[in-house]
Amino acid sequence: MNLFKDIEHLIRLAVVIVVLLLVFVVLRVAVVPHSFGEYGHYRGDAIQEVAARPISFAGHAVCEDCHTDVVDQKKLGKHVVVSCEACHGAQARHVEDPGSVKPAKLDTAILCARCHEANSAKPKGFPQVATADHSAGLACDTCHQPHRPKIETAAKNEAGGRK
Amino acid sequence: MDITRRRLLMLLPAAAMAWKYVQAGTPEAAPNYKLTEHWWAMLIDIPKCIGCGSCVRACAEENDVPEGYYRTWIERYHVADWKIERPDVESPDGGKNGFPPHADEGGKNFFVPKLCNHCADSPCTQVCPVGATFVSPDGVVLVDKNYCLGCRYCVQACPYGCRFINPKTNTAEKCTLCYHRITKGLTTACCEVCPTGARQLADLKNPKDPIHEYLRTHTVQVLKPHMATGSKVFYNGMDGSVR
Repeated sequence: MNLFKDIEHLIRLAVVIVVLLLVFVVLRVAVVPHSFGEYGHYRGDAIQEVAARPISFAGHAVCEDCHTDVVDQKKLGKHVVVSCEACHGAQARHVEDPGSVKPAKLDTAILCARCHEANSAKPKGFPQVATADHSAGLACDTCHQPHRPKIETAAKNEAGGRK
Repeated sequence: MDITRRRLLMLLPAAAMAWKYVQAGTPEAAPNYKLTEHWWAMLIDIPKCIGCGSCVRACAEENDVPEGYYRTWIERYHVADWKIERPDVESPDGGKNGFPPHADEGGKNFFVPKLCNHCADSPCTQVCPVGATFVSPDGVVLVDKNYCLGCRYCVQACPYGCRFINPKTNTAEKCTLCYHRITKGLTTACCEVCPTGARQLADLKNPKDPIHEYLRTHTVQVLKPHMATGSKVFYNGMDGSVR
């Protein structure tokens, strides 16, 4: 008895299966990104791609390298905890090219009110004013120095501001 | 070896494959940053939040978030004395331009900043059919926008409503915890500009991070703890009415 007498059809079937397997393997290699599965069920390179985005906010540590005079001023007042870019906006481009990219001039009437406009939901200890009747339309920096906001006595008498 | 026409033709496919890899380039890797040495989280101190909207504006600028969509936003809660279970919650423009005074000054009023909770067991990554969103080895939930289909499963799955479809790219988008900043040793844009320190980036794998002492000494909660998402945005002083 010869087991392998009539196996031609089986060989044909085997060839078809092997070819299909090869096609599958080739397609899979071509379609699946090479870093897929590096850390989990996702493209490992995606992590670096997200991390490669350029920054807009430079961070206060960089500002303090150059603007030491402002740092000294801020240390004397309550705004020491406020980072530079909270008011001055994103300055990464200014850090790259301090000569030609200058921060915009700020309008204290808008800027100060963002934080200090009175609102019942703000924490009770936080200094708040109703800007409409606090300054009679004067810009905040007429009396307050933004980097060191507590009013010196002379300036207060001159402008007639009230707490 | 002479370059015959036949040999040149045989080399061409190989050269084409090599050129494809050259064009793809190697993505810029942050120096000295090891994925396995960090586990990022955030601390939000509700009694310190003044609802100024600095975080929302900074986030939009840093991450180019489209107008009308928010990766982080601020909610104002107004809890009337007799309805702690049904607080009034509002967030005009995500709190980007601050909040107008509330008509009813009574009851309890406070701000709650919200953002992606960067869940350790996040529902949004589990539903992605193609593996386009994932928890990175350093604990940040990210979206691979080159791989995302825009099917919106993850937008529905997030119990905190932190995802949206970017109308320009038609892919899912969310807070990356400023991944491009924290891998360079900076803090997130929202934490950078927060004037009262109500937001703090924290690294739970760094034993010297002040977060550990803070968590030991304060009563800190996460949002929707019953959903067991492993949320890593910790809220201090959160009212029971916050959802």
